[in-house]
Amino acid sequence: MTLKLRELSLAPDLFGNGHGLCAGCAESVSVRQILAALENPPVVALATGCLEVSTTRFPDTTWKVPLIHSAFENAATTIGGVEAAYKALVRKGRMEDRPLTFLVFGGDGATYDIGFQWLSGALERGHKFIYICLNNEGYMNTGIQRSSATLLGAWTTTTPSGDARSGKPEWHKDMTKIIAAHGIPYVAQAASHNWKDLMTKVRKAEQADGPSFINVLTPCDRGWRFEPEKTMEVSQLMVEAGLWPLYEVVEGKWKMTGARQKKRPVMDALLSQKRFSHITKNADDATIAAIQAKVDEEWDALLALCAIPDTQ
Amino acid sequence: MSEQPLWKQIQPGGIGVNPGSTDRVQTGDWRTEVPVIDFERCTHCMICWVDCPDTSFEVADSKLVAVDLKHCKGCGICAQVCPVKCIDMVPDSAADRDTEPSENGAG
Repeated sequence: MTLKLRELSLAPDLFGNGHGLCAGCAESVSVRQILAALENPPVVALATGCLEVSTTRFPDTTWKVPLIHSAFENAATTIGGVEAAYKALVRKGRMEDRPLTFLVFGGDGATYDIGFQWLSGALERGHKFIYICLNNEGYMNTGIQRSSATLLGAWTTTTPSGDARSGKPEWHKDMTKIIAAHGIPYVAQAASHNWKDLMTKVRKAEQADGPSFINVLTPCDRGWRFEPEKTMEVSQLMVEAGLWPLYEVVEGKWKMTGARQKKRPVMDALLSQKRFSHITKNADDATIAAIQAKVDEEWDALLALCAIPDTQ
Repeated sequence: MSEQPLWKQIQPGGIGVNPGSTDRVQTGDWRTEVPVIDFERCTHCMICWVDCPDTSFEVADSKLVAVDLKHCKGCGICAQVCPVKCIDMVPDSAADRDTEPSENGAG
């Protein structure tokens, strides 16, 4: 399976332009790449979030594919219903049987927090769909509130920095590992700057026999406080510092798809984002040491998981 | 938003019936800088096309041909990711704005 950009560029874009996402937004980059990577016609369910409110301003739509939005929390259940209805209609001979890809786009708010139990249920029921989490580490659409994906120490409007507090006090939830624990055929972590890695993972998810989940890091220039042209650079720094390792879990087998070595200290990634400026102004800040220690610990745990198939 | 549909024309459930209709929204108005491509040096690798948040690189037969200035928000990601650095971001002025896609990407 090789992906060539010049060949991919021949196909018409399924995600149009004129949407209201911010200049430099990584979400639309990833959505375009994901739709371009698909081999089957997609049917999309959207959770509420930046992507939904910016691309479906009534009476317009940016999408050129069938799309359904019902509520914030239940995009996974909605696509499960669509998939089950399609199978029933095919069985009754009322619809043509052809390969379709059922797809969900949800933000980290819709995935980590609000839609968690609905997603878990849909995965357990085994609907064949791909769930894409566009993770920008906060509720950016409503004004940069913290979510359970927000990094330790990050400034948000609900975790302010000052004399009494220094950004978010808690470590984030490891959603990709939680989803992997459901035992579904395909789980992966990807990032916006690496189109080839993301698109390859989407193709693998499409081929999976059952539900699949891809957690895509989509840096938010407004919420993370960096200049819009730096989106890809920040995404790469997050990966290289080990804050967002690239890996996949295929049928229970863990595999790193990015570097097996951390290339940078976390400080490099934190310095690129002004949401950490209250801690990065002092290189000896205890929060930075805490982040580095936790990243090192999780990296070693991930390497141990990835080593398991090799020893069998 | 000049022509609002009448209520009888709205689909039940508010279903959108015009795929990609936000195309009419001129998000190029947001721009303060505009990408200018040096086509002499461009290798048509399509990295700018795949990393553009606003679908603003016009491609024909696997070749980059123009920038869609009606929609380009001027974020500057393309200039950052270009492997041969043939895209420059230059200040955009209102007078240069064009509602039609420009031939050379220079506005």
